[in-house]
Amino acid sequence: MTAAMRDPMLPRPFRIEKVRRELSDTFTMELVPAEGGGFAFAAGQFNMLYVFGIGEVPISISGDPGDGGKLIHTTRAVGAVTRAMDSMRAGDVVGVRGPFGTPWPVEEAFGHDLVFVAGGVGLAPLRPAIYQAMANRQRFGKVVVLYGARTPDDILFRRELERWRGRFDMEVHVTVDRGNPKWSGNVGVVPNLIAHAGFDPLSTTAFVCGPEVMMRYTALALEKNGVGREGIFLSMERNMKCGCGLCGHCQWGPHFVCKDGPVYRYDRIADLLAIREL
Amino acid sequence: MGQPHDLGQIIDAHPFFKGIDSTLRSLLVGCAANERFEPGDFLVREGRPADKFYLLRAGQVAVEVDVPGKAPIVLETIGEGEVLGWSWVIEPYVSTFDARAMTLVRAVSFDGACLRRKMAGDPALGYEVLRRFLPVIGHRLATARLQLLDLYGPGVAKAARAKRKNGQ
Repeated sequence: MTAAMRDPMLPRPFRIEKVRRELSDTFTMELVPAEGGGFAFAAGQFNMLYVFGIGEVPISISGDPGDGGKLIHTTRAVGAVTRAMDSMRAGDVVGVRGPFGTPWPVEEAFGHDLVFVAGGVGLAPLRPAIYQAMANRQRFGKVVVLYGARTPDDILFRRELERWRGRFDMEVHVTVDRGNPKWSGNVGVVPNLIAHAGFDPLSTTAFVCGPEVMMRYTALALEKNGVGREGIFLSMERNMKCGCGLCGHCQWGPHFVCKDGPVYRYDRIADLLAIREL
Repeated sequence: MGQPHDLGQIIDAHPFFKGIDSTLRSLLVGCAANERFEPGDFLVREGRPADKFYLLRAGQVAVEVDVPGKAPIVLETIGEGEVLGWSWVIEPYVSTFDARAMTLVRAVSFDGACLRRKMAGDPALGYEVLRRFLPVIGHRLATARLQLLDLYGPGVAKAARAKRKNGQ
């Protein structure tokens, strides 16, 4: 059955091939289709992951869109479903519906400087776009990753950040809200890194993902440093249920975040972000 | 120590005084000096007279608070292109935190008492300096509040999840 013919409400069984502990409360699962075949997705999209008998949750895809063989999800155990997921092991099966939602417009950013700004576990939904950008590195000007974490022990994908930082064609800056005696890097909020990143604001596309408050202040800082609203993209999070714009759980003003988002151009949602009741 | 002419160029090139009127800048130069700090050197000590502020030209400085018997807590780090210290302009001119060089630091320091005298005698200079300091103070206050929110902590994630689930 092709993806186009598949019922979006019907979960497809995926076997957990590997589980990797990222942080004390955050883990990554590598999934393969139990029935065989691949899984195509675009950077920024999410799946509804179903732990049978417990429930279903929306989780962003954190793997490489160029690697069609594996489906990779990184999430934090914060509720009943993700806690149940955290206790699953290689060989267990989960249901997958998706991929859903709008992607990061990586190809539209060709020719621009590309700035990724992530906070906390928000680095996971951005990672596929970073992979895609690095696979097309010659198509961009500067590629900058700015990442903020709670403490040095909460830095997600630390080895990968170190590897990216070691490249000569990529700039990576990390900051933490609270340092510790072993930490000799930046301390402060991630929007503070923007002024030091050295990109050309008139020709920059910025992808931002993290807690909504962090994204609001990051967008303001990007604007203050000269990046136009039409060049800023945010990944929004709401209570997604059906994943395809039918149930209305994720309605946000005139949008269904599961279908019209999660990735939005900032100028199209800036007014909505200012409405507290939404 | 650099010559005043060099310091004038350095001040002109620093983002904090970007575009400043040349007459006002020449007044600043009279209170300025080039300084260099090795890693571990203190630029500012909590509780001591706040007699200087710094334009950081290179390196990184930790603004921190001393905790008896423990390692100091770093509140934020400040680097190239930024300004360090405003207690010199607020009575009683006493520093409220430590500032320690994390790397080799090159900076232009300004003698607070010298600059206060000049600012008192020349309101245009006083206005210009304060006009540039106020956004920095406001920005540092705002970012300190954001840090206090503990945005990436489990409590905030749970609260956001509950709010979304309740449709709020």
